[in-house]
Amino acid sequence: MSGTALDPRTAPVFPMAARAAMGDTQLRKNVRHATDVIQAKRARVVGEMPDWQELRESGRRIRQHTMEHLDVYLEQFEENCTRAGGVVHWARDAAEARRIIVDLVKATGSDEVIKIKSMTTEEIQLNKALEAAGIHPFETDLAELIIQLGEDQPSHIVVPALHKNRQQIREIFQRKMNLPDLGEKPQDLADAARMFLREKFLRVKTGVSGANFLIAETGGVCVVESEGNGRMCLTLPETLITVAGIDKVVPRFQDLEVLLQLLPRSATGERMNPYNSIWTGVNAADGPKAFHIVLMDNARTEILADEEGRQTLNCIRCGACQNACPVYRQTGGHAYGSVYAGPIGAILTPQLMEMEHAQSLPYASSLCGACYEVCPVKINIPEVLIHLRNKVVEQNGIMNAEALAMRAMGIIFQSERRFRAAQRMGRLAESPLVRKDGQGQGWIGWLPGLLGGWTQVRDLQSMPEETFRDWWEKRGKNGR
Amino acid sequence: MHWNTGYQEEALPLLARFVAQFKGAEAVVVPSSSCVAMMRDHYPKMAEQLNDAALKHDVEELLPKVFEFSEFLTKRLGLEDVGAYYPHRVTYHASCHGLRNLGLGDGPLRLLKAVRGIDLVELQGLEQCCGFGGTFAVKNAEVSSAMLAEKTTAILNTKAEACTACDNSCLMHIQGALHRQRTGVQTVHLAEILASDEGTR
Repeated sequence: MSGTALDPRTAPVFPMAARAAMGDTQLRKNVRHATDVIQAKRARVVGEMPDWQELRESGRRIRQHTMEHLDVYLEQFEENCTRAGGVVHWARDAAEARRIIVDLVKATGSDEVIKIKSMTTEEIQLNKALEAAGIHPFETDLAELIIQLGEDQPSHIVVPALHKNRQQIREIFQRKMNLPDLGEKPQDLADAARMFLREKFLRVKTGVSGANFLIAETGGVCVVESEGNGRMCLTLPETLITVAGIDKVVPRFQDLEVLLQLLPRSATGERMNPYNSIWTGVNAADGPKAFHIVLMDNARTEILADEEGRQTLNCIRCGACQNACPVYRQTGGHAYGSVYAGPIGAILTPQLMEMEHAQSLPYASSLCGACYEVCPVKINIPEVLIHLRNKVVEQNGIMNAEALAMRAMGIIFQSERRFRAAQRMGRLAESPLVRKDGQGQGWIGWLPGLLGGWTQVRDLQSMPEETFRDWWEKRGKNGR
Repeated sequence: MHWNTGYQEEALPLLARFVAQFKGAEAVVVPSSSCVAMMRDHYPKMAEQLNDAALKHDVEELLPKVFEFSEFLTKRLGLEDVGAYYPHRVTYHASCHGLRNLGLGDGPLRLLKAVRGIDLVELQGLEQCCGFGGTFAVKNAEVSSAMLAEKTTAILNTKAEACTACDNSCLMHIQGALHRQRTGVQTVHLAEILASDEGTR
């Protein structure tokens, strides 16, 4: 994967991108290994919670309630954050958010920023905008640092460098940090990153972060992380700029009791995140002297307006659905052509694009339901996938082979006479393709057109001479 | 197939057709968990969309009488041992819709354990999708193939002669690859195993 940003507007369709990704043996091994490890950790810490299902239900209710009153809670957040000394900015879309952030950094006079891992900044391609304005962003999250130094792109919302293994990371550090003798033990790699990052933490005066939760009741902002690098970015700079989607708000401080149990267990298989930072505006005695928060819409309002799609906004970005997904397991994240990969990406990305791009993503699922099963806020991802497929079908119109075939089959299925006739015709049509095996059973090894996907690696048993209906009727007469 | 691929308009008339065919039945037993999941998860919503009060009523009446095959035996009839004899090494694949949408749990395995002569072996990654997913298998054929490869590898590792499940679509999919690779491993529906006795062998 090159340094080209993941952009659903220009990404190839999923089946094409998946084919390319699946050719990368190393990537596939890394993804299988990493998702297996995280899934096992998650299963262990979820299994020890007797009230996990009740917690999920509470999480779902908190998120759903928030979305039903989003306008109220956003204004409440603005009021309380402003009162505590924060400056609230509103951005209608990605371009406006980038412009606000770039202007804020310029106003500080610095030409560097340190960044906390934030998928929202990835969504709006902030780094590219900063660089274009002559501002250098330093990613400080270990995984994001690997991505940035490796001129790569994130492939997972929680573990962005999940597709890289230790040896590959060592190679990137050797090259980019000029450490030819670097070892490959986790300790060696962590030490190298620490040395590299400490200097940035102490020097750079402006920090940029995302947010896990915005607390309406207090005006506070919450970020959880595992490394403590985020804590440095939140406390050491003079100016802190946070960007968050408007979906990140929660009503009360108390709601974190539920969400901060659900999130770490689902995301990293930890009982609690090692670092939980919550700050409210600015404090004269400590921390940044200026705090700005950019509340960004970027199509979230459109998602909210869609009754069936809106549960997508309940997502708390734990990535459990990505780890559980058998499709993601094969392809990794880049194939989705979006910073939001996996099942949640397959529903979020096309909706963020207002269904103008990424129409292949709702089909990047076998609807197995593993995502729904692990989702800590019970987003019924398969249901939303089907809803979005319907939107894609409506966009495509009726004059295409698939739509015509579906229509024809619909008509056939409505009449027994037509169905029986279709079965007879099917037997006739398939007969040139059928080969008998040693047991006299007919098999098809090649199918034309779209159906050819089936016979790439599978045979298809020929239609039986006797249908279930025939057998059932005969059986009735014989009494057996 | 229509509904899950996004053809909701085309799927709607099929609901009325199904209801007309099976209305009044004492029980409707379906040998395919994904079909039952479609009915339970989507039929009420479809009837709602059609805005047809009579149809909605009929759907509500009919749905509690619709059973997936193993569910009919274990939950409706309270059976575990149906007196079957099947002297083969068998592994069981838990189809996604049966597992997650219908909550079949260990019902099918309990039925299998009661079969005389059977050598039942556990499948690794039992709960992982085989990659069928309806039109997914042709729309995303390569990813589907990779998922299927993991499944058939797990099946071959059990050294079973046959793989069973409660869903014909999964079985057709798995069988397609087992036959292509000439593995000599078969797929059989749970009902075929339970219907086997000394007489039919």
